[in-house]
Amino acid sequence: MRPLLDFGPLLPQDPSEIIVGLVLFFIILYAMSKVVVPMFEKTYAERSSLIQGGIERAEAAQREAQAALSDYKAQLAGAREEAGRLREEAKAQGAAIVAEMRQQAQEESARLLTNAKSQIEAERASAVTQLRTEVGGLATSLAGRIVGESLSDDERAKRTVDRFLAELESQAPAGRA
Amino acid sequence: MGGLTSLLIPLEGGAEATGWADCGGEHHWPPGQLSFCSRPLFPGLGEQFFWLNNILAQAVIAAILVITFWVLVSRNMKMVPGKLQSFGEMAYDMVRNGVARDILGHDFRPFVPYLLTVFSFILVNNFFGQFFLFMMPTFSKIGYVYALALLSWLLYNAVGIKKYGFGGYMKKMCLPPGVPPALWIIIIPLEFLSNIIVRPVTLALRLFANLFAGHLVVLVFVAGGSMLLLANETYGGFPIPLLKTAGVVSILFSFAVFALELLIAFIQAYVFTVLTAQYVSSALAEDH
Repeated sequence: MRPLLDFGPLLPQDPSEIIVGLVLFFIILYAMSKVVVPMFEKTYAERSSLIQGGIERAEAAQREAQAALSDYKAQLAGAREEAGRLREEAKAQGAAIVAEMRQQAQEESARLLTNAKSQIEAERASAVTQLRTEVGGLATSLAGRIVGESLSDDERAKRTVDRFLAELESQAPAGRA
Repeated sequence: MGGLTSLLIPLEGGAEATGWADCGGEHHWPPGQLSFCSRPLFPGLGEQFFWLNNILAQAVIAAILVITFWVLVSRNMKMVPGKLQSFGEMAYDMVRNGVARDILGHDFRPFVPYLLTVFSFILVNNFFGQFFLFMMPTFSKIGYVYALALLSWLLYNAVGIKKYGFGGYMKKMCLPPGVPPALWIIIIPLEFLSNIIVRPVTLALRLFANLFAGHLVVLVFVAGGSMLLLANETYGGFPIPLLKTAGVVSILFSFAVFALELLIAFIQAYVFTVLTAQYVSSALAEDH
């Protein structure tokens, strides 16, 4: 009745099983290779390039920051140098100004002194002239009053006045000197 | 008497009816090949529409589930993945990086769709063995297993022949380098047998037998346990002790077997995928 070699459940119950299995498999395989796997691979590629790009951007930013930092440091050093230089300059300038001012003041005072001296000289000269004219008269009138009539003798009076004037004159240069 | 008698002498009751030809009759006990009979969806249409059966329906549903899942995940993918996309990427990476890239090396990319299809189709169908509605692993019907094994066999031989030519490929597969000529007469048939003939057979039988046997074990514990629970046989006028206890233990133990089957469902899908990749890799490898 039964075949000599009985495969039992190792024989398909119906050949349609194999065909259905193949057909379903190919349908899924089609969907996988046309839609699913390309989408996954595309996403993975995009993601890895995104991460790669992110790393590169970060590195670029770091380089930029480093450059800015060294730039800033250099600028700072330059500014310090500049400030020192300016300070030195200002110091020197201040000293020059002080010296100049001192010189000016000295000149001014010398000038004022000279002016004052010449003015005093001029005033003294005019005073001497004025005195000479007045002193003669005053002295004469004074002497006339003191001496009175004893001086009516013209000859004598003339001589006395002359002597007096001579004395005055010889005194005057000595007083001035 | 039926229940207990057949429990005590299990093979006697079913010994008469064990082939596919006996499908359609009464065959509840013992669980065996006939527990895996396909049932036509529309029995009224007659024999020529037998192919339109419950196994076909669940295989089609599995295919729809697989395609729907992957299309849902891959559609509208974000740089920063959400929950669904993270899960999808985890599954995808397991096949892409864990299987394809690790085994096939830098040229793995063209084989990813194939491996992904194999893995997800087998996995979903295996889980159907534990899911309500189906309670039947599709790949315990060997026709479906033969289909996948045939495709894997064609694939690895085709890429090998494409790369090395038919003669070069045969030489590569049948004659490992460094074998002294005196041994060729032994080595060549052995290698041919192992690399060309046996590989697809073991690939098919491993998947089939794991699911067939696993499902059978679950059936034995569940059906046997419920029979023990319902038994009210007497022996010499006295009830037989511990029948119901044995039934409870049996049903409880079926849960453990069930959990084991879930693990096996995953492992077998993974193993089939890994071995397919392994065969492709050996067919492409530069030196044996």
